[in-house]
Amino acid sequence: MAQSPRPSSSPTNVFAPWNDPNAKPLIQFKNVTKRFGDFTAVDDLTIDIYEREFFALLGPSGCGKTTLMRMLAGFESPTEGSILLGGQDIVPVPPNKRPVNMMFQSYALFPHLTVWDNIAFGLRRDGLGKDAINDRVKEMLRLTRLDKFAKRKPHQISGGQRQRVALARSLAKAPKLLLLDEPLGALDKKLRNETQFELMDIQEKTGTTFVIVTHDQEEAMTVASRVAVMDHGKMVQVDTPAGIYEAPNSVYVADFIGDVNLIEGNAKVDGNTVSIHFAEGAAPITAVCERPIADGQRVSYAIRPEKISVNREPLDDRANHVKGKIEDIGYLGNVSTYHVRLPSGELVSALMTNSRRLARRDFTWEDEVWLSWTDTAGVVLTE
Amino acid sequence: MNLRRLIVIGIPFTWLLLFFLVPFAIVIKISLSDPAIAIPPYSPTLELSGGWAGLKAFFSQLDFENFTFLTLDPLYYTAYLSSLKIATISTLLTLGVAFPMAYGMARAPEEWRATLMMLVILPFWTSFLIRVYSWMGILGKEGFLNMILLWLGIIDEPLTILNTNTAVYIGIVYTYLPFMILPIYSTLEKLDLSLIEAAEDLGCTRTSAFWLVTVPLSVPGVVAGCFLVFIPALGEFVIPSLLGGSDTLMIGKVLWEEFFSNRDWPVASAVAVILLAILIIPIILFQRNQQKQLEGDQ
Ligand SMILES: Nc1ncnc2c1ncn2[C@@H]1O[C@H](COP(=O)(O)OP(=O)(O)OP(=O)(O)O)[C@@H](O)[C@H]1O
Ligand SMILES: [Mg+2]
Repeated sequence: MAQSPRPSSSPTNVFAPWNDPNAKPLIQFKNVTKRFGDFTAVDDLTIDIYEREFFALLGPSGCGKTTLMRMLAGFESPTEGSILLGGQDIVPVPPNKRPVNMMFQSYALFPHLTVWDNIAFGLRRDGLGKDAINDRVKEMLRLTRLDKFAKRKPHQISGGQRQRVALARSLAKAPKLLLLDEPLGALDKKLRNETQFELMDIQEKTGTTFVIVTHDQEEAMTVASRVAVMDHGKMVQVDTPAGIYEAPNSVYVADFIGDVNLIEGNAKVDGNTVSIHFAEGAAPITAVCERPIADGQRVSYAIRPEKISVNREPLDDRANHVKGKIEDIGYLGNVSTYHVRLPSGELVSALMTNSRRLARRDFTWEDEVWLSWTDTAGVVLTE
Repeated sequence: MNLRRLIVIGIPFTWLLLFFLVPFAIVIKISLSDPAIAIPPYSPTLELSGGWAGLKAFFSQLDFENFTFLTLDPLYYTAYLSSLKIATISTLLTLGVAFPMAYGMARAPEEWRATLMMLVILPFWTSFLIRVYSWMGILGKEGFLNMILLWLGIIDEPLTILNTNTAVYIGIVYTYLPFMILPIYSTLEKLDLSLIEAAEDLGCTRTSAFWLVTVPLSVPGVVAGCFLVFIPALGEFVIPSLLGGSDTLMIGKVLWEEFFSNRDWPVASAVAVILLAILIIPIILFQRNQQKQLEGDQ
């Protein structure tokens, strides 16, 4: 699941302006708070987003993602704090004067206009020539593969097609910043994957900065240069997809992104090696930890299922071994998830690729197996 | 199953037949008869005792004389034209007053809307006639309006409003306002506010978003409202006779005079038949609009 942040970028020239102290951010949120009555939807949020970034907002429903987008588009103004675009405070700028376009969560297609006119709507407001508009609309139709539907009204096309019209309409004006609020929710998996790559392609070609809201972690992982995990109006962690996945900074993030085994225990620190005593009589888990941890602190150990190997015998080259009994096997075609019960009572999931045919599988229910993993496979979390 | 369908379809059809088609057939029949000094004041009357021959004699006496008469006397077609003009102008005036009100209602806070709707409907709970009479009190030479304007010093002499076409327009706009407000309100209330935001996002100002999105999307409501005002206003009788003057010519008034002053039922019936013929076109258009709106909603 974890991939390199920019598939096209070479290792020597990684796109990471957020690590460059000289890079000028395109968008700056400075201590932004948004309240509706006494409900705080966005809570003292500070974040920089850079040009050409594909910034993904991830978080449970109601955590303030749409509110954040609406403040960027100009439909809501922050209760406190300021928002800068290219160094300029945009809070007083009305939506129609911002170089920002938004694809709405509900699409908001104009029902009285054809697909063509919907896409041309923004271009006409710019007073472009007829030919320029025609060319641009055609290009957008081709890009979103809607050529055949140009003459139809929104109620005469499918949900997925509507979504593409909304995308085409927001792209048509080639904005500096494009806001996508769950742009691909209504598409089936195949079309969604295609559109994701198309989006990345468009982004690559146009150099537009994208901020995308999604409920689909895999999507965030695929398209984003950085992912922000939000909760209750705050950004819990902002990092590259790999960073978020491999080095979550809290139990919340580890649990929110992907599957994870969480084991609680007391830490015993020895240099940068931590032993986690999670159960009476069980061998402690050994982990390498860069963060300073107090001796005896209560910690959570997070390890992804695919980092754990299931075998008949313990693997000697791994730092950690535990014996357990297979309680359940989830067969997913390419991989299987083994749910293994440890003698101390914990249920641990481990993911193995199905390199053999199902009938020749090594293990079955109730089998005694050994789980092995290295000391760098998991992370020690204190929050 | 079939019997039930027959009943379900049969009841409204029987209703229409009994209370619309049969009376209308009678009106057509009278319009083809000749006036007579009798009770009822026309001939022939249908006598079934005459048998087949009597029936034949009855039909042979019917003719289109009254319709020909309507085309000969300019009174009638000027009355039709004047009614069309008054109905059209007052429909447009009503639209001008109703649209901002409906818009305001649709944008009012949710918890206010029911109250505002109530205020629009409330006047219907008092008699229409009393409300028109009270306009006489307002618009007259010594009426409230003139009193206030004189008192404010805006005018030196009382305005003549009552018994002019202006008073008729005021009366029609006032009376039919709710019929215009309600359908426009219902389309505006359904309008998704994110459409306005999308328009603004794509470069519209508040004003241009209104003209490019709100107005086109409220067309079905506007059309429905216009028909609901235009159709009854065309045949309006009470308002022009109470508020209008001697020069206010409306077909409803002509019809009334033919029936009750001249007691010429056949000519009056002919006037009514033509009025209905004129109305059929907008009624069909209205039905089409409603149908389209229903399809659009799905
Ligand atoms: N206009 C408003 N008035 C009051 N509360 C609001 C308003 N808009 C949003 N909220 C509240 O703010 C919170 C954040 O809303 P927001 O729409 O940003 O959530 P979201 O993260 O986009 O959720 P979802 O994933 O379901 O779209 C929610 O609890 C919502 O109820
Ligand atoms: Mg949302």
